[in-house]
Amino acid sequence: MVQGDGALSDREKFSMARVLSPARPRKLAKVPFVELADGRLQGVVSSGSDIGRVYVSSVAAGSFVFACSTNNNRPCGGARGMFCNHILTMINEAVLQYGATRVARYLRVETDPEPTGQAIASAMSATAPAQGDSGAAATVFSQFLRHLAYLELPPTTAPLPEMQWFPPTRTVV
Amino acid sequence: MRADLLAEPIAGLDEALAAVDGGDQALTAGLLRPQPAQVAALTGLADALAGSPLAGRVAEAVDKIAAGAAGEDHFLAVAAARTALLGSVHDALSARVDEATGRPHAEPAAPEPGAEVSPNLLAAARSWLADLARAGWRGLDHDLVSGSAPVISAMLPDPAPRRLAALLDGFAAELAASCPGAGIDQVPARRWGDLWSRALVLTLPGALGGAPGGTATGRLLPLGVDLHEHGTAAQAQVHAVLEPADGSTPRLVRASVSVPKPDTVLGAGLWQLLRPHLSLLAAAGDGRSMDVEAMPVTAEGDLVWDEERARPGAPADPFVTARVVLPTAATPPVAPLDRHPARLAVPVFLEGYTTDKDGDAIGVTVAGHRLPVDLDRVPVASPLTPAAVASSGACLGLLRWDAGTFSVQPLAVETVVKKKAVAVHAGAWAGGTTDKNGVKAEKAATDAVTVLRERAGRLLRK
Repeated sequence: MVQGDGALSDREKFSMARVLSPARPRKLAKVPFVELADGRLQGVVSSGSDIGRVYVSSVAAGSFVFACSTNNNRPCGGARGMFCNHILTMINEAVLQYGATRVARYLRVETDPEPTGQAIASAMSATAPAQGDSGAAATVFSQFLRHLAYLELPPTTAPLPEMQWFPPTRTVV
Repeated sequence: MRADLLAEPIAGLDEALAAVDGGDQALTAGLLRPQPAQVAALTGLADALAGSPLAGRVAEAVDKIAAGAAGEDHFLAVAAARTALLGSVHDALSARVDEATGRPHAEPAAPEPGAEVSPNLLAAARSWLADLARAGWRGLDHDLVSGSAPVISAMLPDPAPRRLAALLDGFAAELAASCPGAGIDQVPARRWGDLWSRALVLTLPGALGGAPGGTATGRLLPLGVDLHEHGTAAQAQVHAVLEPADGSTPRLVRASVSVPKPDTVLGAGLWQLLRPHLSLLAAAGDGRSMDVEAMPVTAEGDLVWDEERARPGAPADPFVTARVVLPTAATPPVAPLDRHPARLAVPVFLEGYTTDKDGDAIGVTVAGHRLPVDLDRVPVASPLTPAAVASSGACLGLLRWDAGTFSVQPLAVETVVKKKAVAVHAGAWAGGTTDKNGVKAEKAATDAVTVLRERAGRLLRK
């Protein structure tokens, strides 16, 4: 018999309820950073020709307004009126990392229950989304730098009892 | 182990949890302009604290919240009330576990003085947590959640408030992924109530705990490795028995290492980040003991690892430790603020059980009582598979409790592979591995970190 039955449902009563499914491993060379944040799918795509250059790409949830520019704020030549290859690559890598269902749900794209990255991109392209300005690029790029900075933070051997609330999980939420 | 005792009801437990649920329902709706139902639920929480030293402050807080005039101190009183109730649940469960294991429990020790943390940072964290409470989980939006980012960024570089920083970082990521709050199917109310109240209490001066008060000298016999992770942090804890050099009673201890990480470093990548800072991980993976001399230790039995004070010891099979030393090892006391059912992770040794498997769910039946096996807590980069657990004859694990049920998290099992008896350890790959799948996972993780370091080298302003 389970003790503690009250008004709350099962998921609501677990201290260890799983809220986020774990990110899935992927190769990072082409797209070192992607995230679902600030109401956008946004990320950083390595330039194919210049090792010191990256493109900052984003697609907004709902409106699918897109933008792509370099880290030095030069517009991407491919993103004229339609998704460039950087954006398409970013969508595919986001699907690898988060799973297609979560990406589609976040972007509010209507597709099959088990869409592919390509299906998500096509569904958004079909609405002829507007091209946005590169206003978000600075934010996305600083998010990327913040992300990279996590590699430089010092470890500690003092115990963190709060991490008990964060077990590994193999289950998809 | 007297597994039958784990199934017996505990007096007062349902009532205490119902009061906690009341607080969680109120937090779900938000405390800014609470409806009568929320005020009634909070009153239930306050009533449960009647007769305790918190009674007056909690009752006052509920009055202020009901009047729409609450401030940070009042939210703090609600968090404290919830913490105290779950503390009592922890104590009851812990007493029951002691009965079941038959092991002695050491006396509570005096709390150690807290670490020095910038009061401004703590105030900023408290202010964000108060905003969350006002809006409630149903009122979450991106702007509200992103208010935590500057606080977390400022806190992370300093290891002193790392407990709070890692907690806020993991919590904020969950909230961000759940925006807008109005669209959440089932709010994880107990969980977010735990994380919120814990974070709020940790913003109080001195609550973060401080320098370890004692030292440990003797032989460390590892039992197994427990891994914790969220998107941007990982912690490994080695559970071990310390045999003190002075011949006194052996006792249970833990040694931890944690590190913040980018969310694309996963699986074996976690071991790679953690293993350079805790040689005990490799020792546990290889089945070796370690000798420690004057290793700093907290009253709770947490060794604060210093490589200078440790050296490799003789081989030590965790199953031998579990059979011979564990039954007499004393359990250290729990710090007052850490008394929470989620914190229960009690090393136990089970054998002579039968297993059952239904899809992904595995259970072990010990002396007629079934315990679910929490396989989800086994690290991703680990050779310990559900099949190994299902075919096992002995299990070394951590006894845990959540939402009314005890379960066992396997740290290692003894099973038979190709007619040969073998031990499979959840943390076997912690120190590195020659296993074919393990090597592949290590390679993928190395590549990910290499790319990120290369990008960081080019793009991060030094």
